[in-house]
Amino acid sequence: MTEHAVSHAPAPAGGRLISPVTVVLAALALAAAVVLACRFVYGLGAVTNINDGFPWGIWIVYDVMVGSAFACGGYAIALLVYIFNRGEYHPLVRPALLASLFGYTLAGVSVIFDLGRYWNFWHIFWPGYAQVNSVMFEVAVCISLYILVMWIEFSPAFLDRLGMSGAKKKISKLMFLFIALGVLLPSMHQSSLGSLLVIFGSQIHPLWQAGFLLPLEYLMTAVLLGFAVVVFEATLVSLGFKRAMETALLARLARFIWGLLIAYLLVRVGDLAVRGALVSAFRFTLEAFWFWIEMICFVIPVWLLAAPAGRSNPGVLFAAAVMLMAGGFLLRVNGFLVGYETGAGWHYFPSLPELTVSVGLIAFEILAYIVFVKTLPVLPAQSATPR
Amino acid sequence: MDRRDFFKLSLAGGAALAAGSSPAEARETHTISPDALGLLYDATLCIGCKACVSACKEANEMPPEFLPKTEQPYWDQPLDISGKTLTVIKLYQNGTMEKKDEEQNGYAFIKKSCMHCVDPSCVSACPVSAMQKDPLSGIVSYNKDACIGCRYCVAACPFGVPRFTYDLAIPQISKCQLCRHRVKDGKYAACAEVCPTGATLYGKVTDLKQEAARRRALKPGTATIYPRGRLGGPEQNYPGVAAKYVDRLYGEKEFGGTQMVMLSGVPFEKLGYPDLPPRSDAAKSETLQHGLYGGLVMPLAFLGVLTYAARRTVKDEDSHHD
Repeated sequence: MTEHAVSHAPAPAGGRLISPVTVVLAALALAAAVVLACRFVYGLGAVTNINDGFPWGIWIVYDVMVGSAFACGGYAIALLVYIFNRGEYHPLVRPALLASLFGYTLAGVSVIFDLGRYWNFWHIFWPGYAQVNSVMFEVAVCISLYILVMWIEFSPAFLDRLGMSGAKKKISKLMFLFIALGVLLPSMHQSSLGSLLVIFGSQIHPLWQAGFLLPLEYLMTAVLLGFAVVVFEATLVSLGFKRAMETALLARLARFIWGLLIAYLLVRVGDLAVRGALVSAFRFTLEAFWFWIEMICFVIPVWLLAAPAGRSNPGVLFAAAVMLMAGGFLLRVNGFLVGYETGAGWHYFPSLPELTVSVGLIAFEILAYIVFVKTLPVLPAQSATPR
Repeated sequence: MDRRDFFKLSLAGGAALAAGSSPAEARETHTISPDALGLLYDATLCIGCKACVSACKEANEMPPEFLPKTEQPYWDQPLDISGKTLTVIKLYQNGTMEKKDEEQNGYAFIKKSCMHCVDPSCVSACPVSAMQKDPLSGIVSYNKDACIGCRYCVAACPFGVPRFTYDLAIPQISKCQLCRHRVKDGKYAACAEVCPTGATLYGKVTDLKQEAARRRALKPGTATIYPRGRLGGPEQNYPGVAAKYVDRLYGEKEFGGTQMVMLSGVPFEKLGYPDLPPRSDAAKSETLQHGLYGGLVMPLAFLGVLTYAARRTVKDEDSHHD
């Protein structure tokens, strides 16, 4: 049945929009909006725990850095389908792209919440202000362009609805260009998110200060996370919308994940060994503890996905995906928060309002995903569902 | 070209883009301007009176700060530099605190304010040119009208100098700008102007370094004279005694040098000043960025490969649908 289903073109999943799940999600999003209102009236310090020793909290490290990496599903699948010409993964493209679209748009918007002088944000794109030597400049420009490119890539899904078939035709003709940009831009900024750490120098613990290898490590984990998120979402969507799992396809995808994961671990551990940083992993420190948790999250999936039996078991696949997401999360949180020290006496742990905003953003994202999937042609149509 | 070749080509492009381990041209650490202005802080002359802290507040129109939960919010009590305080004098203490400027059982004062790096991380980090280094004076300035408040400068500075006003709805970065706004009135850095002992001395960095070299060459305990205020100013002859220093002029080599240079009797690590390599982090970061994105050569080449591959795939798909 699955084989049959995947050959169908995308179609709206249908169903009621108001349900206990969507109501809870909306409530969480609303709570975040209240906190954000306070932030804009009373300043960042009124709701967050960030300080001069930890000027970046979870609104940057989670919402933007981890959030955008979790939103790399569209990028990873586009890389596979369009660049490596693996057409069999095509049914994964639209759902993955939609999740990326929301993930990135929200990551981009959430930057505004964290910018102290947000009304000046356009300076980044303005000649005379733009400072091209800054890693932050590259990240900001590429993320903004990518969000734009993704909306164009996704536009065929809604242009028909808006009665703009002419525009759809024109965009479809140039789609190959947007697809290429949709692979180039995340390659650039996901690697640059790692490069941001270079200028922090010895303020970053040796376990995470990989210097010129930082962009490679962040890029490899972004692609890994992209694939992991695709597996994660495909599993949840098939459970939530009571649809057949595309297990055969995901099992093949898991082979790619496995190979890339091995390559990443070689780079990561090789770099630590060459720099002599590995010794600090064997000291009784908080940093060493979190380093091992991070490594465990990457190493267990190597074992889980090694055999074909594991790869074609939806439960094992899902477990591996979740561990990889945790590993990618920890690499970033460890690099930017746990492993960051600018001087003695500084502490940071997110405040409740700060967490409320991050949770609310995720809730809003899932809510929007549900609404889109139910009303727009995203998921492959299934024989059981009338078209 | 078949699928396999595409795979290889794209992989090569991607690897080249990502790795950048052999950047075409390294960005050298910047060198100091011959007209650079700065401060010489001599910890052995500092008596901890904090006149500089007070004068700095006044000259820069900054609000007072109070200790948390203090019952005496009557005078300025900053413990560290912050969004409201651009310079402080900190106290080092050890054991019985008997002797000044001794590491063991001693105490010492140390100034904290912007070092005005020769190759500042904050300037390299800032995405909107709000942090700038004057090509002549070398003063690292901040323009709040350009700033977006991203705080990459706060995170990047190895000295923890740029600070941020988290408590304000309209916040900004705060950092010492060497009183550049007072120059037009013929004045100079307020901290140096009021320092009663000449512990904080203003001048051209080349002259300040000469003065530091003179002090270091003296035999500890012998009589000598110290200038006060600014080098070459009216007050150049305060009698004093030569001090015993650790063998280091802090700021001479760190990150290619800083324009505030310091002498001390206590090792600088103990005073909260990090050991930094001669190559600046800004140079490393920009070497990487230029290697990957210089002239947009690599991104455009990669885009070419991607466009070619994507176009072929899309064509294949179209022909399937027909």
